[in-house]
Amino acid sequence: MTAFVNHFLFEFKTGIRNKSLLLMNYLFPFGFYVMLGLLMTGIAPFYREGMVSSMVTFAIMAATLLGLPDPLVTAREAGIFRNYKINGIPARSILMIPVLTTIFHLLIIAVVITGTAPLFFAAPLPVNWPVFFLIFVLTAFACSGLGVLIGVISSSSRMTVLWSQIIFVPSMMLGGLVMPLEMLPEVMRRIAQLLPATHAINAFRGLTQQLGVDFSPIASMLILLTGGLIAFALAHYLFSWDQRNPATKQRYLAILALLPYLIGVFVLS
Amino acid sequence: MKSVIKVSDFQKNYGQLRAVKGISFEVAPGEIFGLLGPNGAGKTSILECLEGLRIPNGGSIEVLGLNPVGQAEQLYNQLGVQLQSAGLPDSMQVDEAMKFFCAYHRVAPRYDLLDRLGLTAKRKDQYFQLSLGQQRRLLLALAVAHNPAVLLLDEPTAGLDVAARVELHQMVREMQAVGTTIILATHDMAEAEELADRVAILLEGEIVATGTPLELTATGAGLTKVSVRTETACLSDTGRTWPGVKQHISKGEYNIFYSSDIAPTLSAVIGYIDAQQDSLIDLRVERPSLEDRFLEITNTGGSK
Repeated sequence: MTAFVNHFLFEFKTGIRNKSLLLMNYLFPFGFYVMLGLLMTGIAPFYREGMVSSMVTFAIMAATLLGLPDPLVTAREAGIFRNYKINGIPARSILMIPVLTTIFHLLIIAVVITGTAPLFFAAPLPVNWPVFFLIFVLTAFACSGLGVLIGVISSSSRMTVLWSQIIFVPSMMLGGLVMPLEMLPEVMRRIAQLLPATHAINAFRGLTQQLGVDFSPIASMLILLTGGLIAFALAHYLFSWDQRNPATKQRYLAILALLPYLIGVFVLS
Repeated sequence: MKSVIKVSDFQKNYGQLRAVKGISFEVAPGEIFGLLGPNGAGKTSILECLEGLRIPNGGSIEVLGLNPVGQAEQLYNQLGVQLQSAGLPDSMQVDEAMKFFCAYHRVAPRYDLLDRLGLTAKRKDQYFQLSLGQQRRLLLALAVAHNPAVLLLDEPTAGLDVAARVELHQMVREMQAVGTTIILATHDMAEAEELADRVAILLEGEIVATGTPLELTATGAGLTKVSVRTETACLSDTGRTWPGVKQHISKGEYNIFYSSDIAPTLSAVIGYIDAQQDSLIDLRVERPSLEDRFLEITNTGGSK
């Protein structure tokens, strides 16, 4: 227990001490929230309706998809994992503790967003707080799983940026964060269902904001849960202690993490 | 007495490269065993397999009767390792690192080791703020903090200043005195000669010589160096043949004799100085070192 507490506290502090993590955990989401709040509420008043959930989802994506992978690659390349292994630190702690501390940081930024959005941007608050929290946790879990998996399979920091952006950029454009899903053409709506952000926004809208949804918000929550579980299982399976990540064909198994989302594309309507 | 480390016909390959080609050795409890060899000889591969970081391709390895790969969980608390290429997170403070690793080993933090290794003033510094030498001292402190039964050191003094090196040697001796078995992989022959009870010299993945440093230096063709300085330089350009001397050179005010048989050489040189009514100012005799023996072995491709 002492080991877990020490490890947790260290990783939590790292989320603030490390400038890149500070940027991804706090500065980037907060800056984007302020900028979008000023911009979008002026030109598209309907944006206010989903602002809280959109900005919380954005914060989750920034901290997990952009923030989690690189420290894993950097630590592996610096031989830190080797040092951990010979001192009996299990792979599950290496993968899960940064996720837990990231979720902690996200809680802080989520409180800031939900606390200030009604005051400064007249954004409505969620009507069902327990479900809002549950969707928040599921989204963070699903995105963290993908972030950790990207960190595990990437051969270099450069590759983490590439993989992360493959999910992050389409999520921004198609995930319903800036414009509602119903404004997209049918084909794009289908493609958007491959993204965790789409399911997060869908669940938030349907279950916490009483807004119209495209498909079952409960199904979205299930997809986020199974997506997260598969991603973490794959990350643990593919985890390498060595300084160099061997370029094995096994790494292609990582694509399985998208399976629940892919099934969703065909099943949900 | 049962060996603490037992390596039998151990082989390690990296693709087509046979890094270690079936070596065997045993290390007794409380022994300091040196692994010497040029770059690429297989030292780090051996240590990494002993640590459980790599899986051998053949043969067997036992540490305290356990398989480092299959029984790592039972072993890690009894094993202290200072890796050659391993680090800590940049943002980890010195104090935090001690707390962090000691907690995983279920022992109280050993801040006294930080004081001893000259890191007192650095306890609140983050890892990236430490110099290379300070980082290595911290890693050493972490390796020994849980009082391991077996300590594996890979180039432990690389990057250390003289004071830290002396302190490390002292710590190693103290750990040996309380029964810790130590494997020391090093390029530093003087260090191996000073610390190791036995050494194995590795060349291209094979052990080409093994024994105590004294045994190894005594069995080589190494020549004893005799440096003589006299008042009137009577030894220069004599044209004489000196008993046991393989090579005689003049260097500045000194005459240097490389002898394979020191007693007749010294007797003849001193006798000659007396006969020439010259006065001896300085006389130094240097036995062949482990480094000389190492170079002899490695330069001849391992032929003993």
